[in-house]
Amino acid sequence: MTVQILTANRLGDGAVVYRAQAGGWTERLSESLVLVSTEDAAETLAGAETPEASLEIVGPYLMPVDNSDGEIRPVETREFIRAKGPSVAFGNGHQAENTPLSLAG
Amino acid sequence: MPLIKEGVLAEDSWQALADEDELVEGPIVVTLDRWQSEREALLSRNTPIGVRLKSDQTPALLADDLDRFAVVALEFPKFNDGRAYSYARLLRDRYAFKGEVRAVGNVLRDQFLLMQRCGFDAFEVANEAAAAAWEKAISEISVTYQPGADARRPALALRRNRPAA
Amino acid sequence: MYRYDEFDHTLVNERVHQFRDQVERRLSGELTEDQFKPLRLMNGLYLQLHAYMLRVAVPYGTLSSTQMRKLAYVARRYDKGYGHFTTRQNIQFNWPKLEETPDILADLAEVEMHAIQTSGNCIRNTTSDQFAGAAADEIEDPRVYCEIIRQWSTLHPEFTFLPRKFKIAVTGADHDRAAVRVHDIGLQMCRNEAGEVGFEVVVGGGLGRTPVIGQTIREFLPKQHLLSYLEAILRVYNQLGRRDNLYKARIKILVRSEGIESFRNLVEEEWSHIKESALQLPLDEIARIENYFSPPRYERLDDTVRELEVKRFEDRDFASWVRTNVSTHKQPGYAVATISLKPTGKPPGDASAWQMDAVADLAESYSHSEIRVTHEQNLVLAHVKKADLYALWSGLRDVELATPNAGLLSDMIACPGLDYCNLANARSIPVAQRISERFSDLERQHDIGGLKIKISGCINACGHHHVGHIGLLGVDKKGEEFYQITLGGSADENTAIGKIVGPAFSYDDVVDAVEDIVDTYLEYRSDGEEFSDTFRRVGLAPFKEKLYAAH
Ligand code: HEM
Ligand code: SF4
Repeated sequence: MTVQILTANRLGDGAVVYRAQAGGWTERLSESLVLVSTEDAAETLAGAETPEASLEIVGPYLMPVDNSDGEIRPVETREFIRAKGPSVAFGNGHQAENTPLSLAG
Repeated sequence: MPLIKEGVLAEDSWQALADEDELVEGPIVVTLDRWQSEREALLSRNTPIGVRLKSDQTPALLADDLDRFAVVALEFPKFNDGRAYSYARLLRDRYAFKGEVRAVGNVLRDQFLLMQRCGFDAFEVANEAAAAAWEKAISEISVTYQPGADARRPALALRRNRPAA
Repeated sequence: MYRYDEFDHTLVNERVHQFRDQVERRLSGELTEDQFKPLRLMNGLYLQLHAYMLRVAVPYGTLSSTQMRKLAYVARRYDKGYGHFTTRQNIQFNWPKLEETPDILADLAEVEMHAIQTSGNCIRNTTSDQFAGAAADEIEDPRVYCEIIRQWSTLHPEFTFLPRKFKIAVTGADHDRAAVRVHDIGLQMCRNEAGEVGFEVVVGGGLGRTPVIGQTIREFLPKQHLLSYLEAILRVYNQLGRRDNLYKARIKILVRSEGIESFRNLVEEEWSHIKESALQLPLDEIARIENYFSPPRYERLDDTVRELEVKRFEDRDFASWVRTNVSTHKQPGYAVATISLKPTGKPPGDASAWQMDAVADLAESYSHSEIRVTHEQNLVLAHVKKADLYALWSGLRDVELATPNAGLLSDMIACPGLDYCNLANARSIPVAQRISERFSDLERQHDIGGLKIKISGCINACGHHHVGHIGLLGVDKKGEEFYQITLGGSADENTAIGKIVGPAFSYDDVVDAVEDIVDTYLEYRSDGEEFSDTFRRVGLAPFKEKLYAAH
């Protein structure tokens, strides 16, 4: 049984968000609502495909995660990068606001 | 369906017939198939007739018959299927069609200006709100760079008429 | 360069208002995402992995210093302090907010810039030769016609919902730096027997999933018929191009299925009706646009400049930069300088806001305030006095933009790939970085000579991998990033599509594979041979052997 969570991009700024356990949307994987059964997953997805939800988010879809050790982690490379940001430095040269993230870990 | 003509909601005196519908009194719009198979019968009725073309049916198929129609309705199955823009240009520019060119199907306000520039002059819309937006939709961009089938003068012509600076 | 008049200003400003209204309607729920998406795309706004992405048009790759400073401002004010110059001579900002996009567009409109038609199934930014106006082998400045096409194609009512995107490129030179044969329409300026200047028209080229080299549809098109002929091609395509399958919707597929003869007949028939219409270009209109592109007032100079020779002798780093990054200008005493956006180990094509500002200043001091963006993701200053080269180089070095690698192996093209792009299979940028680190020894790069590596993160081929001497294509193998390698491609006047060398390599192995290919080339090349020559002569076999015997 694959464990899934629901993800989307926020309408206003495009940020990656997840359906939160507490309701609404969160930027933190750790706060996301873990969906174990296919029925729950389908229902949660349907709830995000409504006109009301589209005022908050764009393009909701389900993604598999691994939570076997209690921590929620993406399974796909794409979702690692969505969760952590680009794996490369931005721009050329030095930049204070530059916070490249590494894929490892 | 609400119909916009000359910028306002207008009475629609035309009835669109599906192929299986019985013929009715008054002005009717038929499909290309029906026109082709019942041409003589339709002509003998002596009431105004229009034809409706799907997005893969070019008006070139009707080139010799166009003067028999008062309306040519061009279908937009989806707003982003843009073939009918070229068909409208052909109707106006190539065949000098003077009747109504009507946009039907997925007709949205954000495309009114484009449609009008290509020669459409009637628009079947999903709801009346679209009619309220008409004025703004066709005037929010006032500059055109290319000749179209409408009366707007492209920038090139305006520039050439301008007194030398 | 071209300057907006009141018509151009009005259109761009009205467009900003229109988009502001559309954004408001989306935020209020009046427009669904499905309805809004094509509207935002038509204004260059994508939704990527982490954020929106705004693609700003740099028409035919020409920018003024003022415009460059505005781009730097936008990068700082609305983004994370940098921008990405693309192979289509545009710039992309990776972190704008939807709500702020209308403000960004309003700021850009102040300096005669916009994002109109930088995405969507419409006619895109027309691209050109980055050396236009400065190249010695040029018939005429192609940007004149790019500007004419820009205006004609802007909000073209008939061609806003084409079957697929449509890209036009124009070159005025014999040596094709604009890759015209891999565009939907390529225009190559030429002379007919009477000596008149016109265009050879090439149609149906393209990269993407099915790379195709364009075919000549017309040997000679007189200038004044340019727009009517383009309109005829587009009208045929708009009606007959496939709309049932996204991957078969480009004009290249239509040209191939019709056959060039039959396609030509369709176009010529359509053209015969509109040739004499209002689309005909008056010669005085061409002259009016030409005026904007008249060459800068050159000083009369000696072509040999003593200071330059002295500095080259004194400063090895400078000499090395001159060797790779400076090209011949048609005017004696002047040169064309390429600013490499490929410092070792950095993302190809990225520039920080402070670097953009510095380039704007240097262009103002040394190159008539004009900057070009190249399809190889570099910048060019097109009219630099040779006597100023040293000062220019010093200024560039201060902002880490003096990497002497133009045309060498580390001058790679890479698409955004899986670090940013929603459609990607694999990352491109870190692969480029690792390759450039592996070959960081410049002497070694000079030894290898001109070599073009091009990397795309998926089959859409934004990184032009098909036409790289070495092309890398990101593929997904059971969730792992892999790279398929093609060899022998070329984007110039001898356009060729690369051949797949064999099974793909993993992210970890791909840099070794590139090194093996380079070593094999060095082993087999005879004196003075370029990669393409060697490849044509020896074929895939020795490369295959080296790659797959060793791995
Ligand atoms: C990051 C977001 C991007 C997306 C979503 C995207 C999407 C696409 C798609 C779907 C295609 C294939 C079109 C087709 O074959 O019909 C394509 C082709 C292309 N893109 Fe992009 N692209 C992106 C970025 C870029 C960038 C950054 C560049 C320039 C560096 C670029 C330049 C090109 C080029 C040159 C082609 C090939 C054109 C051809 O097939 O003739 N794209 N892109
Ligand atoms: S080639 Fe693919 S991965 Fe790269 S930018 Fe284009 S669509 Fe994205």
